[in-house]
Amino acid sequence: MTINDQKGRRETVAPAIELVGISKAFGAVQANKDISIRVMPGTIHGIIGENGAGKSTLMSILYGYYKADKGEIFIKGNQTTIPNSEAAIAAGIGMVFQHFKLVQNFTVLENVILGVEDGAMLRPSLTKARKSLTELAKEYELSVDPDAKIEDLSVGHQQRVEILKALYRHANVLILDEPTGVLTPAEANQLFRILQRLRDEGKTILLITHKLREIMDITETVSVMRRGEMVTTVTTSKTSPAELAELMVGREVLLRVDKKPAKPGAKILDVENLRVVDEAGIERLKGVNLHVCAGEILGIAGVAGNGQSELLAALGGYQKATGTVKINNKLIDVGGAFQGQNRRADGLSHVPEDRQHEGLIMEFTAWENLVFGYHHDADIQNGIFMNNAAIRDEAQAKMERFDIRPPDPRLKARNFSGGNQQKIVLAREIERDPEILLVGQPTRGVDIGAIEFIHQQIMTLKDKGKAILLVSVELDEVLSLSDRIAVMFDGSIMGERLANKTNEKELGLLMAGVKTGTN
Amino acid sequence: MDVLNDFITVLNSTLRLSTPLLLACLAGLFSERAGIFDIGLEGKMLCAAFFSAAVAAITGSVWIGMAAGIASSLALSALHGVASITFRGNQLISGVAINFLAAGMTVLIAQSWFKQGGRTPSLKGNGRFNPVELPVAESLKDIPVFGPIYQGLISGHTILVYVALLMVPLTWWILYRTRFGLRLRAVGEAPEAVDTAGVSVIKLRFAAVGICGVLCGIAGAYLSTGLQAGFVKDMTAGRGYIALAALIFAKWRPGYALISCLLFGFLQAIALRPDLIERYLSFKVQIQLLDVLPYILTVIILAGFVGKATPPRAGGEPYVKEQ
Repeated sequence: MTINDQKGRRETVAPAIELVGISKAFGAVQANKDISIRVMPGTIHGIIGENGAGKSTLMSILYGYYKADKGEIFIKGNQTTIPNSEAAIAAGIGMVFQHFKLVQNFTVLENVILGVEDGAMLRPSLTKARKSLTELAKEYELSVDPDAKIEDLSVGHQQRVEILKALYRHANVLILDEPTGVLTPAEANQLFRILQRLRDEGKTILLITHKLREIMDITETVSVMRRGEMVTTVTTSKTSPAELAELMVGREVLLRVDKKPAKPGAKILDVENLRVVDEAGIERLKGVNLHVCAGEILGIAGVAGNGQSELLAALGGYQKATGTVKINNKLIDVGGAFQGQNRRADGLSHVPEDRQHEGLIMEFTAWENLVFGYHHDADIQNGIFMNNAAIRDEAQAKMERFDIRPPDPRLKARNFSGGNQQKIVLAREIERDPEILLVGQPTRGVDIGAIEFIHQQIMTLKDKGKAILLVSVELDEVLSLSDRIAVMFDGSIMGERLANKTNEKELGLLMAGVKTGTN
Repeated sequence: MDVLNDFITVLNSTLRLSTPLLLACLAGLFSERAGIFDIGLEGKMLCAAFFSAAVAAITGSVWIGMAAGIASSLALSALHGVASITFRGNQLISGVAINFLAAGMTVLIAQSWFKQGGRTPSLKGNGRFNPVELPVAESLKDIPVFGPIYQGLISGHTILVYVALLMVPLTWWILYRTRFGLRLRAVGEAPEAVDTAGVSVIKLRFAAVGICGVLCGIAGAYLSTGLQAGFVKDMTAGRGYIALAALIFAKWRPGYALISCLLFGFLQAIALRPDLIERYLSFKVQIQLLDVLPYILTVIILAGFVGKATPPRAGGEPYVKEQ
């Protein structure tokens, strides 16, 4: 094809990758429908789409992890087939999966050589890889201790190992699937610098993400996918986040939440010196102090794994803790585990972080899931039996109010999409009219359309004067919903800021454990 | 030198009795390190014990007998592989099925072939593995301490005892020094890493299960043609399960596997000599109580009383690509 190079000359360059008419079905689900895409060499090409749009499937086909049902693959203009990952590696394609494919108890070196050893004996390969890693580290700012075990490395460093693995295999095309989901803003910025460097060296980068900002910041071209189909490919500089969002969802989307100023009332939740020690004896919460008032949202920001999960579990009543917790000035016993039932009686509802394991029973129906935790309520009992007909009717009504699709209470939770699963949990917890709502990762794995709805529901609850504690690893989400923001790092609150008086940079530093001036 | 002689006798039996455990334990190590749990060690050993003895009795050659034993064990391995790797079945159920199959089939065929109540005929001469005298054992026997140890403990075992002992460093070397070992360990920890590195998970796992079959075959052959002189019903007597316990005790490492198998072998060895306990510790023990010791230790190990053992992370799970 013909493109304009930087000096304006017209030149003919074969695309680094060209996919034509790719289709792939998993059972009845058509993950990719007749997809075609061209990726030019030496560019960063973004692929954006909602969860389940088929981005990862498409890239996994290119990497030979899945096999396409139909379609053709061209690399540098030559038609080829990629039946397995071995063929993809041979064709110069490397992939960094969203869930890293590393052997946890192997060293960095062992992970790097796995599959591309130079002979039957390990030692020469290890020596060669050690030398090569030193060079790559210098060339691309990708330094990592070659003898460290993966399980001892931070997530950011594990990602570097994945990139090094690809480079060690001489990848010319690097696919990254949602690479920033697990990174702090600073780590993400560093990753982007590395990607730009790789591009400048002539490598082609394919970046899969659902974050509009990343697409705008770093890509030259962006392809939009929706429901398994390729919607369009545009030049990034000629589009806008609003336009991309609309293309992704297929209708106009409100990117910003309409946030009314908070009118904080009485202190509903008061937490002092909350500590949690896990089974291995490691202190996960190191004396957390916080409070949430009626009519406000306190957002907890932080990189995953810094104590947020333990905080929610302790407050939700299924993790033993020490410290003082008051709900509406009533002292709550946090020392005994498994007290979710008492918490609900005290007016606390909880939308857990992990909806598939903690929020729902996937093999049970929607109506059963919509009543869990409240199934002892007097109005649904019928002598020693439960009044299932009444529960189902109630479930049907909730499903309509929360726009849960398909609105069939007899479907298993497993059969709903991520967004609709989350709505089931939200409907169950919000409809009980709690005094305080704990919400963990409300939109993880949820598509933009449903995100908008979920955010509105949380805002409505706040405007009704309820207290809300929001935990999310999506900094954008915390910023746009919260009135106050507390940042957690290593089991402690690093600092608290007013949402309208802070920014991502300041919060990012706190998330990385860097103390700055307090306000 | 009575004490020394008694000591040597017990250790000598320890070595002999540890050998089948060690071979089975290393067999399990290869399989489980690759992520395939194998509760069918017992059945494979039993099957190999029968076919080794039966074919040795018919042909008069222990080597042909052992080859038949290994082949039969490999066939059961292939069954386990097809069920649990190709068809992603439950590895425990497949293993249990193999144990039942072996327990029934061996006696049935033995009765049909030899009509001796489910036994094979007693093996003689070249029909079994005979002790190997190491060089100069006879001439060194008069040297104090070292002589008797060399002659009575180190020398004079069947070849398979030495094979089992050599398998320990060999297994270590394969696991930690070769490409195959690296990939084998990786496939038991993170098969998706192996798959995305462009290496076949299925081939690797079949290779591991195959090695497991060969080692179980040798272990079974040793039971009926080295340790004993023929096959009797259920002659493995739970050794496959004890080997599994030893494997957990050894935390899936070859060096520790040697130590834990020697420990189990030692317990079996003192059960053979209750008179020694009476003589040295001056109290009388019920033989039944001694016999049950290895099994008690197995229960204790499996119940997790010996510290936390982390099995290979992907162990027991069929590999399915995530969607």
